[in-house]
Formats: sequence, structure tokens, C-alpha cells
Amino acid sequence: MPERRSTNLAWFGVLPVVLVVAFSAVIPLMTVVNYSLQDIFDLNTRVFVGFDWYRETLRDPRFLEALVRQGLFSMAVLVIQLPLGILVAKGLPKSGWRASFMLVLIALPLLIPWNVVGTIWQIFARPDIGLLGAALAGLGVDFNYTASPVDAWITVLMMDVWHWTSLVALLAYAGLAAIPQAYYQAAALDGAGPWEVFRYVELPRLRSVLIIAILLRLMDSFMIYTEPFVLTGGGPGNATTFLSQYLTSMAVGQFDLGPAAAFSVLYFLLILLMCWVFYTLVMREAHE
Amino acid sequence: MPRRVGRCRYGVLAAMSWMAWTAPSATFFVAVLLALATLTVAEVLRPGQVRRGLLGLVTTRGDRFFISLLSGAALHVMWLAATALPVWWASIAWLVLLVVLMRWG
Repeated sequence: MPERRSTNLAWFGVLPVVLVVAFSAVIPLMTVVNYSLQDIFDLNTRVFVGFDWYRETLRDPRFLEALVRQGLFSMAVLVIQLPLGILVAKGLPKSGWRASFMLVLIALPLLIPWNVVGTIWQIFARPDIGLLGAALAGLGVDFNYTASPVDAWITVLMMDVWHWTSLVALLAYAGLAAIPQAYYQAAALDGAGPWEVFRYVELPRLRSVLIIAILLRLMDSFMIYTEPFVLTGGGPGNATTFLSQYLTSMAVGQFDLGPAAAFSVLYFLLILLMCWVFYTLVMREAHE
Repeated sequence: MPRRVGRCRYGVLAAMSWMAWTAPSATFFVAVLLALATLTVAEVLRPGQVRRGLLGLVTTRGDRFFISLLSGAALHVMWLAATALPVWWASIAWLVLLVVLMRWG
């Protein structure tokens, strides 16, 4: 058998991806950094201001409030969707046509465009004509997501849970399906009950898919924009104005390109830092 | 006094003028690119060892550089949020942190 030589030619295979990432992510990001250091109206009318926009953004009460709201929202999303997704995955049929049918059924919300999800829930939760809103009104519950900040939060959270729990469920289902039957047989021989099987057999084997699920949901919920924008428009007041919505109002609404760029860089750094800290903690625990 | 920034009309720089470059941001990105190139050459010539250092994490040379950049960004953001003192002080503190993390991290 001829000896195989190791070469660096494989790097050329990576080149297209590097170029695509450079043009679609790195260069735009560098442009945003450039904008964030200037008071800029167009390329001919710009003034270097250093870190002034960063200082201003970091001391902006509306930014800090949106940041707190965003953190609370992401935390609530993870706390609700992870256990619920695992529960749904555990309840799904393991094989046969029922399994295929249920998988297609629970995947449906993932196929619906984000603005359509917002519209669906905007109608669904209306107290006058919406199924949920009218049902609650019929039960005597004073529910109005356009007037009450608490109701608006509940509706936005329910909408996100409806839209994205399927993703966690599908990932958990794939993780559960990959566990060999021998593990269950061994647990049964040891007299393990359903809770012990879940705690000591299934949960450890689900670790990698759950890490992916947590990271995806954390990043995605931290960048949520379209659904609350369509559903509540950030209101009532600023009750559901999250970071991306405030950023958009700054960049597109007020055309403050410099401050919006500084905001974007801070937003990006925050997500990068959170994901890195989380990933490092989880991987360190996995190695130990 | 704010300084007005002009447009470069020639060559490659003209083609990139839509990116609204400033001298400090260009210097920063060139420095990062040079650091990445240096790390690549160093890795080819003398492959670095995976090790556990001050951070308590198992890291490669590239990991430590990434952590240094990320902590530098966090340090500057915290500095800007907490104090009105010149940002150069944070940059100097970060350079010290960079050396410590790369050498003992």
C-alpha cells in the first residue's frame, strides 16, 4: 500500500468558507466598529469622536433597562423551554408512524416565519376576537397585552415557548434515541425507577445536545426582535422593548449611526462573552 | 477638539473607503491581523502545547489569545462604564493582562 503523505492542500478546501465569513461577517463588523468611533452622517461628513458613543450608551438608562429586560427574558426562556422540551421529547412515541407524525407536528412552529408568529399571537391573544384572549375574558380574567405590562410579558413568553420549545424537544428526542437499549436493560436489572433512569442514564447522555440547545436558545432569545415587534411593538410603554428593538429605533428610526454602531458592538461583545463563559463552564465540567 | 476625517481616493484604500476607516480603528485591526499571522507562523514552526495555567482551563496558544482579546474588550467596556479617566490606562492594564495570560494563563 503506498504511503500517504500529509499536505496542507486541505486548507484550500476551507478557503471558500473563510471568504464567505469574511465578506458576510468580519468586514461588516469592522465597518460597524469604524462607525462607532465617529459622528457620521455620510462618508464625506464624519467626525472622529473616540469612545464617546460607548460612554454615552453605557450610561443611557434606556439601554440599561432594555439590557435588564433582555436578561430576564432569556433566563425565563431557558427555565421554561428546557424542561418542557425534555418532557415533550420523553412523551413522544419512540418508533412507527406515530413517531413520524408527531415529529412533523411539533416541528411545524419552527417552519413559520417570525413575523407570522407575531401576527398569529397578536390575533390569538386579543381580548375581543382572539381565541386565548376571548376565552380568558369569558372566564373573567382581565387580560389585555396591549395595556398591561405583565400581560404583555406573559404573551411574549408564551409566544416564544410555542415557537421554539419544538427545537429543544427535537434535539432532546434525537439525544434520547441515540441511547443504546443496553443502558435501559442494565438500569432495569438494578431496579431503577423512571426518575433514576432519567437522572442517571438519560440526562448524562443528553448533555451534549442540551448544551447545543441552551446555546442556541440563549443566543436566539438574546437577539429576539421580530416577534415582540409585531406583537406588542415594544409596549405598553417600553415594557417589552428588548435590546434589538431599541437598537433598531436608534439606527433606523433616529438615524443615529454612530451611537447605534457603538450599541451594536457592545451587544455583540455581550453575546460573545456570555456564550464563551457558558461554553467554557460547561466544557470544563464535562472534562472533569 | 473633534477631528474631521477625510476620504482616501487612491488604490486599495479607496476601494475600502466605504468602510469609513479611521486611523485608530485601522491600527487596531492591523495589529490583530498581525498577531494572528504571528500566531499562525509560530504554530507551524513551534507547535504550542495544550496546558492548564493560571486560568484553570486547558488552553492552546490560540485559546489564550482569544481569551486575552475578549477580556481586553470587557475591561475597556467596564472602564468606559465606570470612570471618565482616559481609556489609555485600561489599554495599558490590558497589555499587562495580555502578557500574563499568554505566558502563564
